[in-house]
Amino acid sequence: MKENNGFGKQHDSSTGLRLKTGLAEMLKGGVIMDVMNVAQARIAEEAGAVAVMALERVPAMIRAEGGVARMASPRLIKEIMEVCTIPVMAKARIGHFAEAQVLQSLGVDFIDESEVLTPADEQHHIDKHAFTTPFVCGAKNLGEALRRISEGAAMIRTKGEPGTGDVVHAVTHMRTIVREIKALTALRGDELYAAAKNLQAPYELVRMVAEAGKLPVPNFSAGGIATPADASLMMQLGAETIFVGSGIFMKEGGTPLDIEKNDEERKEAISRARAIVLATLHYDDPKIVAEASEAVIGSMKGLAAAAIEEKNLMQTRGW
Amino acid sequence: MTPPSPAIGVLALQGAFEVHARRLAELGADASLVRKPGQLAALDALVIPGGESTTFLKHLERAGFYGVLNEFVHSKPVFGTCAGCILLAREVTNPHQSSLGALDIAVERNAYGRQNDSTILSAETALPGGPLEMVFIRSPRITRISDSIQVLAKRGDSPVLVRQGQILASTFHPELSHDPRVHQLFLNIVRSAMP
Repeated sequence: MKENNGFGKQHDSSTGLRLKTGLAEMLKGGVIMDVMNVAQARIAEEAGAVAVMALERVPAMIRAEGGVARMASPRLIKEIMEVCTIPVMAKARIGHFAEAQVLQSLGVDFIDESEVLTPADEQHHIDKHAFTTPFVCGAKNLGEALRRISEGAAMIRTKGEPGTGDVVHAVTHMRTIVREIKALTALRGDELYAAAKNLQAPYELVRMVAEAGKLPVPNFSAGGIATPADASLMMQLGAETIFVGSGIFMKEGGTPLDIEKNDEERKEAISRARAIVLATLHYDDPKIVAEASEAVIGSMKGLAAAAIEEKNLMQTRGW
Repeated sequence: MTPPSPAIGVLALQGAFEVHARRLAELGADASLVRKPGQLAALDALVIPGGESTTFLKHLERAGFYGVLNEFVHSKPVFGTCAGCILLAREVTNPHQSSLGALDIAVERNAYGRQNDSTILSAETALPGGPLEMVFIRSPRITRISDSIQVLAKRGDSPVLVRQGQILASTFHPELSHDPRVHQLFLNIVRSAMP
């Protein structure tokens, strides 16, 4: 099967998928940071982020301000690509394949089909096989992860509850995915057909997971991770890389730290970014996580996920 | 009598360390992940994997890691892939950044473009056994080599697999292919350097 991205370049689909998961492999053990401007992107790269996610508003601001959240302006994305040597990711709305086409044409390195933005399709996710650019998608459980992989996702991340600074749902989702994978490995071969039915996922993928004991693509974590200890927790639960959204550049509610004019707030952002990178690398060494936590000045105020009404949760977007 | 398994560390600051360690273990090495400078002393050799070289440098600045690693790469067998090759080079451009300088080459980062320009090629190399699959991901380009460098594979006119004594480096990712020949070559280098 050939795929054509419309730019005169073709890969057969297995080659394409290997290149996509290959880049995900290079991002393992690192931190991917949300950035809203060039100044934040510079701080992220300087702190040791393995990639940045370029977006107009971080989840905490979207939550505070409301309205329709869309793909970032191509102007912003290009500016950030211009100053970063590390990979640049950007978000498209769930099902909005035209936004994804735009992002691919800009040359971003990874597209996040994200529940953080307002969904554009209530039924269909993007057919990600049709793109050369790799995709990452969120998942709350194994069935959802495998549905996204069958659509062509090259990386899965837990959804968590974005923009809250409350790690509780990222924990729930990671534990669920890991537990469901373990359960599959204990099944007899002839039991996998019913397992696939129950997971609402393709049998072939279910069989692969049962045999390998892990997802066929890297499994990262996102959604509410705000402190070095949060990063350590998610890595110990099985995450291979950490996404940090609002946790680095936000102070209270929808207000970002002023890193351009206020030197104290700039130092605060740098201290948080560095500390999360350090704690992600040495996640299994509590002494270093303690050292990283101690170096942090201030923290995002956060919003308890339990206080959010069901209809305002972002994680229930997508299926 | 079987020779002792060489102890080969894989620098695991971040990146594709797992796949390297798995491949080395399959080939009979005693592979381990290295996250702290103190772990280097017990090793016969080291692999510096792909990942983000800027991130590696940030981690190496801590806890005297850079100095210890610098000493290691100038005295023991080392294999660097992609970001690892960048770290070993004498000179790095696009942008300029510091490097260990153990391998007398100049490297340009992200020289072939972004992820959409990543590609898998197959070509004859100096390694026996037919064409070698080479996976290039946001790959750097070796732009200059000294006379002491042996070129083992090329992409167009640019070297992509090079050797200088006991140092081996590739701009592609042999750990992402099934073909074990490049890792096998490194193991041979390591074994012949062992007392």
